[in-house]
Amino acid sequence: MNEGRVWRYGDDVNTDVIFPGKYTYQPLTPEEMAEHALEDLDPDFAGSVKEGDVIVAGANFGCGSSREQAATCLKAAGVAAVIAKSFSRIFFRNAINNGLPVIELREGIDTIEKGDTVKVNFAKGIVIHKGNEYHFPALPEEVLAILNDGGLIPHVRKELGKA
Amino acid sequence: MGMTFAQKILAQKAGLDSVEVGQIVTVTPDFCMSHDNTAAISKIFAKIGVEKVKDPDRFVIVLDHTVPASTEKYALGHKEIRQFVSEQGISHFYDGGVGICHQVLPEKGYALPGTLILGSDSHTTTYGAFGAFSAGIGRSEMAVLYATSKIWLKTPETIKIVVHGKLEEPVTSKDLILKIIGDIGADGALYRSIEFSGEAIAEMSQASRMVLSNMAIECGAKNGYIAPDDKTFRFLEGRAVREYHPVYPDPDAQYEQTLEFDASKLGPQVAKPHTVDNVSPVEEVAGTKIDQVLLGTCTNGRLEDLRLAARIVAGKKVAAGVRMLVLPASQEVLLDALSEGLIDTFVRAGALVLNPGCGPCLGAHQGVLAPGEVCLSTANRNFKGRMGSREAEIYLASPATVAASALTGVITDPRTVFDGGAK
Repeated sequence: MNEGRVWRYGDDVNTDVIFPGKYTYQPLTPEEMAEHALEDLDPDFAGSVKEGDVIVAGANFGCGSSREQAATCLKAAGVAAVIAKSFSRIFFRNAINNGLPVIELREGIDTIEKGDTVKVNFAKGIVIHKGNEYHFPALPEEVLAILNDGGLIPHVRKELGKA
Repeated sequence: MGMTFAQKILAQKAGLDSVEVGQIVTVTPDFCMSHDNTAAISKIFAKIGVEKVKDPDRFVIVLDHTVPASTEKYALGHKEIRQFVSEQGISHFYDGGVGICHQVLPEKGYALPGTLILGSDSHTTTYGAFGAFSAGIGRSEMAVLYATSKIWLKTPETIKIVVHGKLEEPVTSKDLILKIIGDIGADGALYRSIEFSGEAIAEMSQASRMVLSNMAIECGAKNGYIAPDDKTFRFLEGRAVREYHPVYPDPDAQYEQTLEFDASKLGPQVAKPHTVDNVSPVEEVAGTKIDQVLLGTCTNGRLEDLRLAARIVAGKKVAAGVRMLVLPASQEVLLDALSEGLIDTFVRAGALVLNPGCGPCLGAHQGVLAPGEVCLSTANRNFKGRMGSREAEIYLASPATVAASALTGVITDPRTVFDGGAK
């Protein structure tokens, strides 16, 4: 069970504000990407995010460009999970493929505020906030297997017998 | 029960008789597209531990996002890509200058009816205008496709969008898609497949249809399909790299919802900062001062777009203090525009004509914005910081609105300057 401090954002957080286009075609390490995480949405984020923090947002998180660094930079910044009302499909895939848990939560999400603490039990599909338990749907088996292996590349290496 | 286009094509590609909505299938795409991000993808591929790309002929690589290289880092990325395609025997490679990937794949005959095309670029949805099922994926997924040629996809619900009536010049398919996105919202088609149909779509040119499919992603859609017809088949004559077999939805397919629009009553639309669904009729933002206009990109850099804009600026001058950037979507578009005298028209009007490519659309180079500047663009995204400074503002509109506004220096209703002109 992960317990994390909440960073709170609204609807339609796009991948341009998560990871600006001017860095997209530069060869950066995940740690260097983390230095630019959410740069055009919340310039304070990259400097103060801590390992295990959780992002909570509204609908359509990660919309826009398919740039995978939007998921990579959040994972490298220490974000333990992104909880949102819904996700753009490409970001959703990229997050799973980078081993970053993404949680679609409808119930109770509007009561969660910046700086709150939430506990996430991914196996049981529960988010605990101020003593309340909110349930989220389990990922399909095929998708969960990728996340459990730490992302798509380790998953495929295992499948191909390379791991 | 009948199947939607998405169900039918995913069933076919998965080797199944039918698939249900929500079903996860493993498929092999007909073609896979990547661009300047191939440098990063090749490095992820190296981590998998497979030496050779399984089926090099499945991959199409187009350099367009940062061409020509404006920094050493971009130049190194391009060099690594040239080396990678040579080592891996990837022959479908188009170096910088041929055009924007989403224009090049149709022109070179890869965007074919009944094919499954995945690209590590969100606007891969563009090929839906040719009756392909095409969608964006990430870089890691492309690297895995190099190794295995396989990927999982979930079968989406489908929204049917029927557009009645005909668009009246100078209103274009850009105005129509902005209207649709403004109405249904940035997540209005999230996880869904869209099928566009109706009189307006049937009447529309192939290039205009590409605008709709290109921007389907801006309301969250997985793909944006348009049934291929004679216009599509004519476009593909002499271009198609192989035989193709169109796939059409069943007449009794089940749709999540059907939305209807009327093109005949539509006026020019503008998306205001900083989201694509923040849409107003042009009258509501007319008079907004602009510093730069951009005519081009994978949305509106085709010949018909340049023709329409040229009819508006011909013999006139871009307003003092406004920079007008023109980027043809491809070499083919550039050559046609040259032979029709359109480039001459733009340069004489005071525009700055750039090489075919993505240009400043994603803020990587070539005409990025300073803090406080306002740009009116024919592109598909106006997110904060997208074109450079996070303190700049981007408005999106049609080529006609952009051209009319370039002449006045403020956002202008193109109907006030458009007299039908010489076609």
